[in-house]
Amino acid sequence: MQTLDELIAAAPMFAGLAPEHLALIAACASNERFDAGEYLFREGAPADRFFLIRTGAVSLEVDAPGRGALVIETLHQGDVAGWSWLFEPYRWELDARAREPVGVVAFDGLCLRGKCDVDHELGYQLMRRFAASLTERLQATRLQLLDVYGHARAD
Amino acid sequence: MLGQTDAPTAAGGVPEQAPMVPAPFAVSARRQDAEDTWTLELQPRAGVPLAFAPGQFTMLSAFGAGEVPISISGDSAGGPLVHTVRAVGLATQAICEAPVGEVLGVRGPFGSAWPVEEIEGADVVVVAGGIGLAPLRPAILALLDRRERYGRLLLLYGGRSPEQLLYTQELERWAARGLEVAVTVDSAGPEWLGHVGVVPRLVHRARFDPAGAVALLCGPEVMMRFTVAALAQAGVDGERVYASMERNMQCGIGHCGHCQLGPTLVCRDGPVYRWSELERWLAIREL
Repeated sequence: MQTLDELIAAAPMFAGLAPEHLALIAACASNERFDAGEYLFREGAPADRFFLIRTGAVSLEVDAPGRGALVIETLHQGDVAGWSWLFEPYRWELDARAREPVGVVAFDGLCLRGKCDVDHELGYQLMRRFAASLTERLQATRLQLLDVYGHARAD
Repeated sequence: MLGQTDAPTAAGGVPEQAPMVPAPFAVSARRQDAEDTWTLELQPRAGVPLAFAPGQFTMLSAFGAGEVPISISGDSAGGPLVHTVRAVGLATQAICEAPVGEVLGVRGPFGSAWPVEEIEGADVVVVAGGIGLAPLRPAILALLDRRERYGRLLLLYGGRSPEQLLYTQELERWAARGLEVAVTVDSAGPEWLGHVGVVPRLVHRARFDPAGAVALLCGPEVMMRFTVAALAQAGVDGERVYASMERNMQCGIGHCGHCQLGPTLVCRDGPVYRWSELERWLAIREL
């Protein structure tokens, strides 16, 4: 059984952080579970948390009138769900729903933002990591938008 | 040419001395895989079944409609000639519509092959996008036939939507034989319980030994570029990545030049290339 400190230190998102920064982050974290179908967050609600997925899968969804919940991406073990807690107006822009029983490390974004305001090195290190995650996910979204499988060379 | 094998360039119903002459093959079975994609089994009207190496292609013709290069998707160990074809034009539409008993023309097999024997001992990461799984199917079958000779075998397969995925029942059988299968789609409704996202993201999650792993890729070129970048990030360099390329193959025997890619001809030197030999040409736009 891993402790919260160990779980956080082993997560790719926090790789390479100084021990004192890991300790600050761990102080804002707790273990949580979500049942299948339960929402981690809903579009429009205040974004004051984010989640490191330990087990299970989470889908990021947009509700489209007449089409239901469209799944944009699924997130799995080691992925981080939620970055709206970092940016104004601190509102979720998507729904995140547990597709199966999900175990997460939940982080208190308000607590962490406060620590980043005081310790700018922590803020910089966290921002670098979230920016890298954003870039990777943006690239993946661009590839999705290209609809590469929909355009075959005609004979 | 790396990736090329000593596999016969012609056998069975296709006379070796006349590679431009189509041999008649009859449709013996057909199955719809997706809205616009069909798998056909073909038997030679005369002679023995076509011998081929995984990765090779034939020039397949529907008489009166045209001829197109189609990768072989059957089992190189034996059985009928199998082609999975997506209807995207006149010739492929006619091929997809060919009923059982109809005769199609077959030239080949042509081109280079997946290096399934050279990579024994390695972890093998097979990455397929869309109909790119069809050219990889013979390689997967060959790997599974000699499962004990390889390390981890992984298939990372991406499609446009759940309805567009190929060989869905076979994926389960492959998994039971020791292939670790991860499937993702670009978009899906809430009823789809699998991954949603692009194939390169599966690379980040896959578990294999990057130092010795070999990757076999087939799919849209953009998808392969992004996948190679993800593989490089994981520690697999281009020397150990093989990709099947698609160009305008017409003669199939390196004479007409329509399928030129840099100094190579895809029909003769490809379609399977080592990525490190290919990437400099792919960096040139419109090549």
